[in-house]
Amino acid sequence: MSFLNNVITGVSLGSIYAIIALGYTMVYGIAKMLNFAHGDVIMVGAYVCFFAMGSFNLPPVAGVLLAVAVCTVLGITIERLAYKPLRSAPSLAVLITAIGVSYLLQNSAQLLWGADTKTFRPLVEGSLVLVPGQLSISYVAVLSIVCCVVVMIALTLFTGQTKMGKAMRACSEDKAAAQLMGIDVNATISMTFAIGSALAAVAGALMCSAYPVLSPTTGSMPGIRAFTAAVFGGIGSIPGALLGGILLGVIETFAKAYISTDLSDAVVFAVLIIVLLVRPAGLMGKYVPEKV
Amino acid sequence: MKKINKNSLNGFINYGIVIAAFAVIQALLGMGRLSNSLQSLLVPACCYIVMAVSLNLTVGILGELSLGHGGFMSLGAFSGIAASILLQNAIPLAPARLAVSMAVGALAGALGGVIVGVPVLRLQGDYLAIVTLAFGQIIKNIIMVLYVGVDERGIHIAASSERFDLAPGGTAIIKGPMGAVGVTKLATFTAGFILILITLAVVQNLVNSRAGRAIMALRDNRIAAESVGINTTKYKLMAFVTSAALAGAAGALFGLNYSSTGASKFDFNTSILVLVFVVLGGLGSIRGSIIAAALLYVLPEMLRGLGLNDFRMLIYAIVLILVMLATNNDQLKALLGRVIPKRKGAVTSG
Repeated sequence: MSFLNNVITGVSLGSIYAIIALGYTMVYGIAKMLNFAHGDVIMVGAYVCFFAMGSFNLPPVAGVLLAVAVCTVLGITIERLAYKPLRSAPSLAVLITAIGVSYLLQNSAQLLWGADTKTFRPLVEGSLVLVPGQLSISYVAVLSIVCCVVVMIALTLFTGQTKMGKAMRACSEDKAAAQLMGIDVNATISMTFAIGSALAAVAGALMCSAYPVLSPTTGSMPGIRAFTAAVFGGIGSIPGALLGGILLGVIETFAKAYISTDLSDAVVFAVLIIVLLVRPAGLMGKYVPEKV
Repeated sequence: MKKINKNSLNGFINYGIVIAAFAVIQALLGMGRLSNSLQSLLVPACCYIVMAVSLNLTVGILGELSLGHGGFMSLGAFSGIAASILLQNAIPLAPARLAVSMAVGALAGALGGVIVGVPVLRLQGDYLAIVTLAFGQIIKNIIMVLYVGVDERGIHIAASSERFDLAPGGTAIIKGPMGAVGVTKLATFTAGFILILITLAVVQNLVNSRAGRAIMALRDNRIAAESVGINTTKYKLMAFVTSAALAGAAGALFGLNYSSTGASKFDFNTSILVLVFVVLGGLGSIRGSIIAAALLYVLPEMLRGLGLNDFRMLIYAIVLILVMLATNNDQLKALLGRVIPKRKGAVTSG
């Protein structure tokens, strides 16, 4: 039973990672940049949700929607002000800018909301008891898994069926060719950031419901983990992000349960290194050999 | 008379800058003009300069992004601290013990570099960056749970405090999450200065050698370099391991500058901090790395004294973004290009 419990914890944690990783992977696929500020957008989303529910007594759904709205605007603003002027700059310059944005968000949060940790009230409380006394699933875990599935289906339909989604795929294949076909590349990139940041807000609310501590640095470690998940599954691939996220969550939970609580990070990253050595482009990534 | 090579001239200027800076600071120290808080920044500043120059070897000269340079620093710091404690009786002279500890730190860094480099340098671009990031996290995580101590029965290494049975009278070297405590502070500013000179000598001679040209050829065009018979793995590994060894030595000096050092001092943010020095100083420019590391390490610390402590990191972040935006702005570049005539060959060497 403890095994099943671990599986459930792992999958629900993995679902949250997967939602964050989707944001990473979409931005990477289209803008070819490592957006290190993504983790801090999660933190902002969680804070907005926290204050909406705590100070304004809004219902959880309204809190999450507000967080989604704020993060979407934040994501588009960051892209416009910090990343867009660097479209043709070397990738390292964009990386450093993303790190600057990450510091900016963390320190603004610290000045605005204080450095102390806050206790996040879960979106839903209680748990679903399957076998009394032995096996139960918290409603937060159920909600995380459901959210992840819904997001996955929606994104798959979006990128496959809609005009905007097709434009995104075209841009990630070849920006110049996409532009020649009449696609507004800038608008498409903005849209990608908007979607990624909206997902980050959802993930922030879910993550803080499962692990109810909130501080200005809450987002950075899950950000790095989710980024690992995206790479694990093959960065740029949407099903890869899902697979990578869930595998990472399960590996982390199992490492905590069966190896050592303190060493879980080392185990996760060691698995990542091994996977990359065997499959250099991640589990579901396409390996594109260089053309001479 | 043989004309002095432009590259070696550049190298001599770098030595000159470092020696002049050292002389000025020593003079200020002698006159008592440096405040205590500034004095405490001298050794870490030296360490960060060495870190920046060595990371520049990987990122600027070899052209591979590394996000785990702090990991090598951590390896060097803890092995250096361990060496200094173990050799306390064998080498009573402090400067000699410091030198040996730094050499041990460099060895540990180099070993880490080989372990990471051999499998990983096959990967390219962002994937290599991720693996170095992962490596940095693994090192930090392992040191967080590691207990090392020495008593009359020998050296004890354990993975948890329960299994750590040190005889009474033994010395604990690393105590898990607390890191190394009760370290004798051996580091001196002069040692930092010498380490910078050694680093400059190693990196500049490597860059201006046949191997250095091979490394830069790999950076500029790997396929072309391979097709003229340059051994990719060998030269990549050479640059990577040299860089890791220097980071290890810097780590040992850094660790021996404080009475206690935790693994969390060398986390992802440390690696990023050094990367920022390298990028702002200019990729491939050794002099740029030295100046950027010195200024960017000392300036934010000085903001503390100006009553801006709360806004210190915020200002840092905004300046970082603005500098990146400004230096990559085409219009601004064109404007500067008109004002300052373009220098020849100012791109990579220096």
